Amino acid sequence: MREFGYQRAHDVPGALAVLGADPEARALGGGTNLVDLMKAGVERPALLVDLRDLPLDRIEATDDGGLRIGATVSNSDLAAHPEVRRRYPALTQAVLAGASGQLRNMATVGGNLLQRTRCGYFTDLSKPCNKRTPGSGCPAVEGEHRNHAILGASAHCVAVHPSDMGVALAAFDAVVSYETADGPGEVPLAEFYLPVGDTPHQETALPPGALITAVTLPPAPVAALSRYRKVRERASYAFAIGSAAAALDVRDGVVHDVRLAFGAVASRPWRAREAERVLIGGPASAEAFGTAADAELAAAQALPDNGYKVTLMRNLVVALLTELAEEAGR
Amino acid sequence: MALSTSSAITLNINGEKHALPVDHRTTLLDALRERLDLTGTKKGCDQGQCGACTVLLDGRRTVSCLQLAVAAEGREITTIEGVADGERLHPVQQAFLDLDGYQCGYCTPGQICSAIAVIEEHAAGWPSAATADVRPGPEVPPLTAEEIRERMSGNLCRCGAYVSIVQAVARAAGAEVTGDAEVTA
Amino acid sequence: MTTTTTGSSALTGAVGTAHTRVEGLAKVTGAARYAGEIPFAELAHGWLVLSTVARGRIRSVAADPVLAMPGVLTVLHHGNAPRVEGDYMGPLGPPDPVLQLFQHDRVPYVGWPVALVVAETSEQAREAAEALTVEYDTEPHDVAFSAGRSGMHTPEGSAAGKGDLAAALAASAVVVEAEYTTPEEHHSPMEPHGATAHWDGGRLEVIDSNQGSRFVADELAKLFSLDADAVRVRSEHIGGAFGSKGTRVHAVGAAMAATVLHRPVRVVMTRRQMFTLTGYRSPTAQRVRLGADPDGRLRVLDHQADCQTSTVYEFMERSADFGRPLYDADAHHTVNRVVPLDVPTPTYMRAPGEAPGSFALESALDELAEKCGVDPIALRVRNEPVVGPLSGLPFSSRNLVACYEEGARRFGWADRDPRPGIRRDGRWLLGTGMAAATFPMLSAPSTAVVTAEADGTFTVRIAASDVGTGARTALTQVAADALEVSPERIRMRIADSSFGPAILAGGSMGTRSWAWAIITAAGELRERLALGGAVPPEGITVRSDTSAAVGALAQTQKERYTFGSQFAEVAVDVSTGEVRVRRMLGIFAAGRIVNPLTARSQFIGGMTWGLSMALHEEATRDQASGGHVGADLAGYHFAANADVPHIEADWVDDPDPDDPVGIKGIGEIGIVGAAAAIANAVWHATGARQRHLPIRPDRVLRAAGGAPGA
Repeated sequence: MREFGYQRAHDVPGALAVLGADPEARALGGGTNLVDLMKAGVERPALLVDLRDLPLDRIEATDDGGLRIGATVSNSDLAAHPEVRRRYPALTQAVLAGASGQLRNMATVGGNLLQRTRCGYFTDLSKPCNKRTPGSGCPAVEGEHRNHAILGASAHCVAVHPSDMGVALAAFDAVVSYETADGPGEVPLAEFYLPVGDTPHQETALPPGALITAVTLPPAPVAALSRYRKVRERASYAFAIGSAAAALDVRDGVVHDVRLAFGAVASRPWRAREAERVLIGGPASAEAFGTAADAELAAAQALPDNGYKVTLMRNLVVALLTELAEEAGR
Repeated sequence: MALSTSSAITLNINGEKHALPVDHRTTLLDALRERLDLTGTKKGCDQGQCGACTVLLDGRRTVSCLQLAVAAEGREITTIEGVADGERLHPVQQAFLDLDGYQCGYCTPGQICSAIAVIEEHAAGWPSAATADVRPGPEVPPLTAEEIRERMSGNLCRCGAYVSIVQAVARAAGAEVTGDAEVTA
Repeated sequence: MTTTTTGSSALTGAVGTAHTRVEGLAKVTGAARYAGEIPFAELAHGWLVLSTVARGRIRSVAADPVLAMPGVLTVLHHGNAPRVEGDYMGPLGPPDPVLQLFQHDRVPYVGWPVALVVAETSEQAREAAEALTVEYDTEPHDVAFSAGRSGMHTPEGSAAGKGDLAAALAASAVVVEAEYTTPEEHHSPMEPHGATAHWDGGRLEVIDSNQGSRFVADELAKLFSLDADAVRVRSEHIGGAFGSKGTRVHAVGAAMAATVLHRPVRVVMTRRQMFTLTGYRSPTAQRVRLGADPDGRLRVLDHQADCQTSTVYEFMERSADFGRPLYDADAHHTVNRVVPLDVPTPTYMRAPGEAPGSFALESALDELAEKCGVDPIALRVRNEPVVGPLSGLPFSSRNLVACYEEGARRFGWADRDPRPGIRRDGRWLLGTGMAAATFPMLSAPSTAVVTAEADGTFTVRIAASDVGTGARTALTQVAADALEVSPERIRMRIADSSFGPAILAGGSMGTRSWAWAIITAAGELRERLALGGAVPPEGITVRSDTSAAVGALAQTQKERYTFGSQFAEVAVDVSTGEVRVRRMLGIFAAGRIVNPLTARSQFIGGMTWGLSMALHEEATRDQASGGHVGADLAGYHFAANADVPHIEADWVDDPDPDDPVGIKGIGEIGIVGAAAAIANAVWHATGARQRHLPIRPDRVLRAAGGAPGA
């Protein structure tokens, strides 16, 4: 790990001033990903700006009935919050499916969105990686890619975003708020992550020097009946090989509203809008759920060893929506 | 601007203040082990992937390998050396000892610190990935074996002592282990 | 410590009684210090630099810029390292050439040690090591392991057999032929390998994490051309080993740097470095052919097991050995083959050979049971041999059938419907499976020193190791009974090479062999004490050496093994590919159980390893670079707490009246057969055979028919 400076920010303008002054400065939230990547040599900041003392650690109800989640709220506090559990249970489930109790105590909401892929080529300096070293190549395409992307990837990068939390946030139309030296801004999570294309190293739409301050969930009555399911190669403390967040509102056997998002299949939490479009107004049947999943997964491009994910995601969608439909009927 | 790459800090560990200069690269784990001779906290992976370095930070369990020491200033740090009440073992320690909740012992301090927090987190009503319904209810669901397993999963044990670890955590929590499939018919 | 007897009554009966660990208090309070945790004044920190290419030569090591970095004391590499001897015979054969650190410019695999950077602090050493530029002239590499590939050969002594294979096959009414594979697996002890070395009055003192302090001391003496007693190695507490903690390069590097710098040097491996420097279990590709009569009586047992080794040292995973004592057949052929590749050298890992071998053969037995329509236990009982199938020698004890019967009774096997794929609990399909287990019972010469102290206590000194097995506690109990005193009066001192030669903790022979030496010394001491007279202030000391006795036992020709039966119930969601083990039961015949508390932990630990092997463990090698992808504990999964259900382990009586010790090893038998029991249960749940480990979700999905791909 390279030597670096350290400063503790006490307010947002102070943090922005430091981050803006030094392009090699990085914001330090929980450090669960950044410090690890610094040890691996993947991240080499000259200065860390510790955000712990910033007043961004609250979860507040918004006037319209949504929730505004401060950027430095810990994953644990987010998952345990009574309003999150009541209004967006899939978000609590998604957060609790990630990492471990220790890591969730440390990790922040902002940091979760900005975490980097766990692709084994990305985290190993001895190997090429277009995301880490643009132009060096992507050995995963020909190499180990069992857990890599089937949607939205390119020949330049097939890594997946590792977040569980982000999948539920994507399903519930979260909006990311940030501050820059020039003032505040916001971007829907759906537009937060950039397409991979030939620039996999450019990951987010966040302007340079910007600081995430909050994630806002708009009111979503459909989310009250929601669920997150994660499939992984260990029962706990492992990244997903496929996951889904779903919410369903069924009225008289007809899908009135539905939310669906996938994890571990793309470079970003994948909102399954095509599946949602197919489902709305149709029957809440296993057959319809399968048709919707197929519609979403029609765009999937599998590599030799990750084609199982197409089957897995289809099955997951059917199972999850069927469970929710049964619960709605109770 | 030449940045300073070290700082003089004071760490509050097990109720005692320790003043020391630290390289900013120094993790809390290395500060404990290499600077303060508090070697009860173990380094298993140094990457947040095993939980052997678990300590309590302001009462919450944390992996100290990903916690920079300089960023831990001003916080209450509790390590395995600080969980007993003098000569009297913490109930979690006693249960691990009595029920053989360990073999090589290397993951044990982290397991014990984690278990102490697990019992508190459960009592505070925090749900887990093993909780069937995470929506807030009038009562805290029981601390079943399945709940303990999920909540303790951030602490790997390579000797394979999980079965007795679960029993030890249950005993310390005063919980009847329920929901477990019986092995014998 | 809980004891049933106190005071000085003649028969304490400590052996066979549950005792909490002697060092338990130290372990639960964090007071127990492991190798990297002993403070030293003037300590310097070494950080290893490993090759990033799979084959070639080192062209240059740019040491100068690194030497200019803050705190850096030295950079040791092939251009400046002191001479290390390699031409000697170690206790387990010739040494792995990797121990001759920095002696030449050749690189035989990714992760070969090329330099050691030593600095004042670990942070400085790490940054400097990462900054060190090493350039290579690379050569094409080959790391592709597969069954029967070019270069696969059968070393002398790797095949055993009897009978005419073709004739027996032709006579078989039922034939099962299948290929099974197991991946590269890593020991991954929780404590990384670490050592601190320093010179003290002409003696090299090393605090090291290993499973045999005397073995490591002898090896370091040979490597550095020192007298045997000029090296002392201590290993008080060891954070897991499982076969990976023999002499390793961190200890050699620490000793080398301490010699060059004239100050204490500590070298601790990173988790990533452990994946190339501490050995591993070779991947295996195994072909099993079974031929049988309609009732399941075996006519053919044909097991061929392929594995890999490095280009610098031959180590074989002898998977095909497993069936040799277990079943008889008219034609009985087992062969182990190996191919050298540009990969690190594999090594002993918990139940070497038996773990992967039992997966293949015990899975095949289950397939045969299905084909014959015979219950899997009945099939095995039908093929129980009376004497060693290949040797014709009698068994010293063989209580395998008792393990089946007791296991079946407790697991509820009698109620089992053999049809697959018909039990459901919500989204889960349920199934049960079983397998047999066996492991050789070995003994090795050891020495012990027992002293009767003037205050009525006894001190036992033996270079044993407690790698988490409970050996320290078990030996205390053994000594107490041998001396006919309560365990409280025993002071057990272990893991110090200066205590004399002793076998390392491995091969399930440690506790047995050490106990033998202690019992021998204690017996002689009791005779001396029985002569009467006061114990002088310096005490009365007796030293034992079991070399002759161990040799004598080997002369009484018998098949000596432990046995066991493994049972598992699994739940499989074929729509997601998830497999969960719901319960496991293991019943073992393993001699006299010294400490039921810690023995149960060890059996269950082994079974947990079997579960982990069945469902999780797999190191992935990148063909392009020749190195691993995801060489860490997030990339290499072993079971977490949530994966492990309630597991029970128990044992049946297994007396061996002719054996002078009666204690058998229990460290490895617990893993043997466990993965097969789980795989067989997965078949019973789903109707699909899983012949490749680990049983990952993608494999279950493909077997269910829905998923494409390899």
